[in-house]
Amino acid sequence: MMADDRITHREAYNALIKRKKMVLGISVLVTIIIALFAVSTGSLKVPIAEIINTLWGKGEPQTQTIIMNIRLPRVTAAILVGATLAVAGAVMQCVLQNPLASASTLGVSQGAAFGAALGIIVFGGGVVNSDSAAAAVTINNPYIVTLCAFVFGSLSTMVIILLSQFKKELGPAGLILAGVALSSLFSGGSTLLQYFADETKISSVVFWTFGNLGSAGWTELLILAVVLLAALLYFLLNRWNYNAMESGADTAKSLGVNTRAVMLISMVISSLASAVAVSFVGIISFVGLIAPHIMRRFIGNDYRFLIPCSAAAGALLLILADTFARLIIAPVILPIGAITSFLGVPMFLYLLFRGFKYNG
Amino acid sequence: MVEISDITFAYHKAARNILKDISFAIRENQCIAILGNNGAGKSTLLKCMDRICPAQEGAIYVDSRNVYKMSKNEMAQNIAYVPQHNETVNMTVYDAILLGRKPYIKWDATTEDRDIVWDIMHKMHLEDFALRNVWQLSGGELQKVMLARALAQEPRLLMLDEPTSNLDPRNQHEVLQRVKEIAQEHNICVAIIIHDLNLAIRYCDRFIFLKDARVFDYGGLEVMTPQNIEEVYRIHVHIIEYMGIPVVVPFPDEKVDTGLLSTGTYGA
Repeated sequence: MMADDRITHREAYNALIKRKKMVLGISVLVTIIIALFAVSTGSLKVPIAEIINTLWGKGEPQTQTIIMNIRLPRVTAAILVGATLAVAGAVMQCVLQNPLASASTLGVSQGAAFGAALGIIVFGGGVVNSDSAAAAVTINNPYIVTLCAFVFGSLSTMVIILLSQFKKELGPAGLILAGVALSSLFSGGSTLLQYFADETKISSVVFWTFGNLGSAGWTELLILAVVLLAALLYFLLNRWNYNAMESGADTAKSLGVNTRAVMLISMVISSLASAVAVSFVGIISFVGLIAPHIMRRFIGNDYRFLIPCSAAAGALLLILADTFARLIIAPVILPIGAITSFLGVPMFLYLLFRGFKYNG
Repeated sequence: MVEISDITFAYHKAARNILKDISFAIRENQCIAILGNNGAGKSTLLKCMDRICPAQEGAIYVDSRNVYKMSKNEMAQNIAYVPQHNETVNMTVYDAILLGRKPYIKWDATTEDRDIVWDIMHKMHLEDFALRNVWQLSGGELQKVMLARALAQEPRLLMLDEPTSNLDPRNQHEVLQRVKEIAQEHNICVAIIIHDLNLAIRYCDRFIFLKDARVFDYGGLEVMTPQNIEEVYRIHVHIIEYMGIPVVVPFPDEKVDTGLLSTGTYGA
């Protein structure tokens, strides 16, 4: 009887693990389906079969151009950026023991925005070549802007990490506060730069901060993919450490975790990865904060599943937001940064207030 | 066998010593109570022993091997520590206990790791809680789960920081009884920080009194004297014997500096 009970307990636990794997599988599957829908939808509807033919290089030349040069890079950018910001957010929330931690909270977004403003206004990286609509604004030297955005996006976190090295008592809450302070500093810097800039440059800066998933080409996407894979690999290697750190620093240390090293390296990797993502496509707010929390409601704080699930949720959220932004008042494409908040916040609040709690 | 040799610790170089030249030993199957008033350095001592607060001087040996020269995982395979305050994490009881196998896990938990966890849960009567979330547990249940996680580490030294502080009397006795049984079953050394002297007398074999950063007294029941308790806690006590068990009865209204000592001393 007792042995039977034990088998039943094991079976129940195995069923729970199976459920978590199913949540991951379903998230990935839904992301792929929505991604295919996003590629097929637009001013020219392309059937799924045609998309697959095009991917095999057998499509019509016109479809080939639309899919390979416009829609597929855009959807791939949504997947990669969404996944990067979400896993970075999940890991930051864990190592800083703060549910509000994300690339935005730690000053990565504000730093990148300041860098982009510097690139556009001071180094002449941006011009406006049409005054008809925001969509017509382009940045003529994207590499300067991207580089500046990346440098300043990573700078704020690097400053915070250096501070924490000199002032070892600075705990996770201190790091978050330092991030908020630096965000404010960069925000002030951006305002000053814009104050002294002419209209066209200000337009370019504002347009950059709207976020634009269409601005990344295949080369940028390859860089993003490599960064995401490297970050995912490190995060997954440390998933047991993150689970231990959820139980508090002392418990984690007693379980053999080098908490300081794991925190610092995780912070460096998540900040750099977020900075790369943001510097290529502009400010995408909220995904890094919300995607991990949405998945926590379904699978708890088990980082073995939370990391890949957050990646899928981040990707899904951004594809949905981008598709919505492209289609709702087509041909005008709404700013993706705003749409992620408009779609994500009600969904998150619904989950929060519905009281859906992970139970088991 | 665990040996603590001349441990000295201060939070900063200029700060006063929290611990000074602390030395004692714990044998297998032995349960040692670490006693002292608030701020005596009891928790810091355990943290020094687990390298959470590395000591400036001294060494800790587990089976003649210096803990300070072990890798972090190796140390976690030898010493398990249950802190005073446990975070109530959003994970199942089974997963929380499985974390105790973390020092042994390379890429993922093996079948052996899982079997060890089920076995401990069975012994601790926690199987029915396996799928419950940790934050749904009561104080007593949580304490048992933390103890189970520490046991999953298969340590040579188990250290518990005030394991009974939030428990009702029944759970206090149940947890300490389990600890004592476990020490004997697994042949391990146990160090417990405890404020209830009667629980300490009942479940521990050796007692170490800390005062002013140093070991004030150390030994078996013979050190549990009203004089020692008075010196360390600044409270007047009597020790009486009830059904063969010594019982410490505090008399806080009696002034310590009157020189009045208890009449029924035990072990003095």
